[in-house]
Amino acid sequence: MDRRQFFKLCACGATTSAISALGLMPGTAMAAPREYKLLKAKETRNNCCYCSVGCGLLMYSYGSNGKNAEKAIFHIEGDADHPVNRGALCPKGAGLVDYVNSPNRNHFPEVREAGSNEWKRISWNEAFGRIARLMKDDRDENFVEKNSDGTTVNRWLTTGMMTSSAQPNEGGFITHKFARSLGLVAIDTIARN
Amino acid sequence: MTNHWIDIKNSNVVVIMGGNAAEAHPVGFGWVTEAMEQNNAKLVVVDPRFNRSAALADCYAPLRSGTDIAFLLGLSRYLIETEQVNYDYVKAYTNASYIIREDFEFNEGLFSGFDEKSRTYDKDSWYYELDEDGYAKVDETYAHPRCVWNLLKHHIDRYDFETVSNITGTPVEDYEKVCALIGSTHTHDKAATFMYALGWTHHTKGAQNIRSMALVQLLLGNIGVLGGGVNALRGHSNVQGATDMGLLCQNLPGYLKLPNDNDTDLATYLDNYTPKALRPGQTNYWSNYPKFFVSQMKSFWGENATAANSFGYDWLPKWDIQYDFTKHIDMMYHGQVNGYFIQGVNAINSMPNRNKTLAALCKLKYMVVMDPLATETSVFWQKAGEFNDVQPSEIQTEVFRLPTTLFAEEEGCIVNSGRWMQWHWKGANPPGESKPDAEILSGILMKLRELYKEEGGVLPEPIEAINWGYHNPHFPHGEEVAKELNGIDLKTGKQLDSFSQLKDDGSTACGCWIYSGCWTEAGNMMARRDNSDTSGKGITPGWAFSWPANRRVLYNRASCDVNGKPWDPKRVIVEWTNGKWHGIDQGDFNMKLPPKESAHPFIMQPEGVGRFFALKHLAEGPFPEHYEPMESPIGTNPLHPNVISNPAVRMLPGVAETLGSHTEFPYVCTTYSLTEHFNFWTIHCRLAAISMPETFVELDEILAAKKGIANGDWVKVSSKRGSLMTKALVTKRLQPLKVHGQMVHTVGLPRHGGHNGLTRRSYSCNVLTTEVGDANTQVPEFKAFLVDIAKAEGV
Repeated sequence: MDRRQFFKLCACGATTSAISALGLMPGTAMAAPREYKLLKAKETRNNCCYCSVGCGLLMYSYGSNGKNAEKAIFHIEGDADHPVNRGALCPKGAGLVDYVNSPNRNHFPEVREAGSNEWKRISWNEAFGRIARLMKDDRDENFVEKNSDGTTVNRWLTTGMMTSSAQPNEGGFITHKFARSLGLVAIDTIARN
Repeated sequence: MTNHWIDIKNSNVVVIMGGNAAEAHPVGFGWVTEAMEQNNAKLVVVDPRFNRSAALADCYAPLRSGTDIAFLLGLSRYLIETEQVNYDYVKAYTNASYIIREDFEFNEGLFSGFDEKSRTYDKDSWYYELDEDGYAKVDETYAHPRCVWNLLKHHIDRYDFETVSNITGTPVEDYEKVCALIGSTHTHDKAATFMYALGWTHHTKGAQNIRSMALVQLLLGNIGVLGGGVNALRGHSNVQGATDMGLLCQNLPGYLKLPNDNDTDLATYLDNYTPKALRPGQTNYWSNYPKFFVSQMKSFWGENATAANSFGYDWLPKWDIQYDFTKHIDMMYHGQVNGYFIQGVNAINSMPNRNKTLAALCKLKYMVVMDPLATETSVFWQKAGEFNDVQPSEIQTEVFRLPTTLFAEEEGCIVNSGRWMQWHWKGANPPGESKPDAEILSGILMKLRELYKEEGGVLPEPIEAINWGYHNPHFPHGEEVAKELNGIDLKTGKQLDSFSQLKDDGSTACGCWIYSGCWTEAGNMMARRDNSDTSGKGITPGWAFSWPANRRVLYNRASCDVNGKPWDPKRVIVEWTNGKWHGIDQGDFNMKLPPKESAHPFIMQPEGVGRFFALKHLAEGPFPEHYEPMESPIGTNPLHPNVISNPAVRMLPGVAETLGSHTEFPYVCTTYSLTEHFNFWTIHCRLAAISMPETFVELDEILAAKKGIANGDWVKVSSKRGSLMTKALVTKRLQPLKVHGQMVHTVGLPRHGGHNGLTRRSYSCNVLTTEVGDANTQVPEFKAFLVDIAKAEGV
């Protein structure tokens, strides 16, 4: 019996309980358990974002897939089919839903102006525009096309980048192409730490 | 990992040293208990602290932090002296019989070629003696005084039990037990695995810690076999992928090299990085370097990369010195950096010497933070009492904080420690206006393109040429990029099956050669979910995709003898029968070649064998040597008092003054992780914050009594770089060790402190740490630095 069949069986049980509620069964059966909460949830497969064991996850979200229904993840557990973790998670992984739904998530692009003591919400367009302006001014002023021997080196040292080791490879490759096309040399990852 | 998590169950002896898997990789550690229960395996733990892994071990030995090399070289000496060596393996698959140049020397802590002024070595003498064809000379009789085997024996002869114990503080009787258990795996029917993590890398000789273990594994014949290997337990979920993607200052994806100033043109560059075979008949797989590189340039620059413009070679930036984060933060501190992107890193908490990092960030003109969480780094300009004592009005940095998605809200592949590329799916939309990193960087790049088009500027060509031909250039989707990483045949437009199809003429494009095969014409191999393990050895070839070529155990040719017969019939990975190779895993060699022609399992080396002598590849020597941490609690090196610590360490100007002495700061401090937390992320998670709400400093009972400190007291811990207040946790897990005639106390500091999360506000341990790093990798010495500790008054 796999997981889905198990859920279906639970659902059958629930229906049977409903029939008994018509009065064919004694009143004590009214104490039947409430419907299993994962039954109507959507299941999505993922991997734990913490250490590098790479445990498989099942994430459960509500949402009818209707246009106005926003999915929200309310439960995360280990994937029993995963050959490494076989359904298990450590204390950190078992609390992953608190990371997804942390009250300290960032929600909007913000800027802190020079010398200011507060954040100001801005649009993505403003953020992209202002960041690109600052980068271009710095790059145009400090880009090194040739070294003292006259060799083409095309490097930009006055801006650097610390890169993520939690984003997927695809984001990492985009990050690499972004950085090197601009001439950034001083890029590094937390792998060094 | 050369092997993978499940394979640990095949081990006979599991050694955890330089890590604490039960605490930091608890689910992976499940395979250690599996080996103990099902395979009668013994667990050996060597650590300064009687940690959670030690609590389950058959054999535990304490050692002083920063002395692992002495411990392992002593073990190697013991193995050779007691003849617990897998001689068949050593003879067939290592460079033990190779002859080293006559001018190679080691005297009083220094190898030949040292230049004191630059703290670097001229490494010419660290090489094989070559014959007239350019091949390394060997002496299969092992009689030559300069063959690697004899040089190795001579080098490690100084590390007898008493000398090792005097340096490490490990009692001789504990040491003997560890040596005997590990030595028991020298036979063909036994294997030991070593599991290590940041406890080995966070040292000024981290790479040599790992080298020392590799020597042991080669002596025992434990590499390339089931249940063996060299197994790094990586930290972050995709730190393996980030490294594969070359997100380092001198790398390109797939472990290709970012060119430097000496690589003046494409031909010179390819010549410099395409090795020539050092023995006849070698696979020498890096000889394919030009195919990997040119295909990568086709992926970077698309149609703009042509033979006429050297496939866009000049558009790549070249480096003159290593700009790792320590160097770049130092430049920032000296006012030489204007802008900084911080993507998914809590720099102010994670970087060493917090006070210096903070001062450096304050000098930036602009900073762009991309993170799902409101990190301390994004508010480095905000006063937070004594935890972040700054005046916002004095800080002129413009800071942008851009909200990103996290794992649950994006699709893509992450790579685990065992090199498994696992695909994941999006479960929900992110909060507010958060975007994936790829979409944010694309947005900025498109804006830059607009600005360069309108205004012109310095070298706009690479910005225009970079291949951004995605369906929506403002948001490259994971699937498109994954296919780009796999590579395509540009003539047919078909996805490649493997890196063996790559060409150096510009007719193939491939973002990362080692990933080739992950998304073929048959679809997404990383999304596969067949968990069947038909051999029962933990090999699941239908689950996800393991780079390279879906290979699960690297160097697996070494599991057989020269004739293709498995050393151990119970541990067969591949074997030669009926004129063919068969196996439960992809062979890590050309499976079309008969056994004798493929009998060089280390195919990435131009001589095809494992190296006891590392040639010129490491900064501080071809053999490991014990050097003290930069801050030594004994203030000397018992082996060579004139060369105390690693002589090849990079000392940036002004940093020597930030190092403390053992007279002022007498106690060793080591940082570590707790199972309830993951760095600084989980301080933002309710459950984790409830289960471990605050940090502490752990110290032994004798030191506590001496200092009048009781469990739960507030204490002040200080180093030459700064000081912090925290609570004392007095335990028996730490014990003073007798080292070179004195008692050395170690204190432990969890790294999870922060002042911006849901846990109690606390200092970051990095107020105390030093930025001096490993001579090769520049990983800071977080695991062995000096502090003083005192009971805090008036709290």
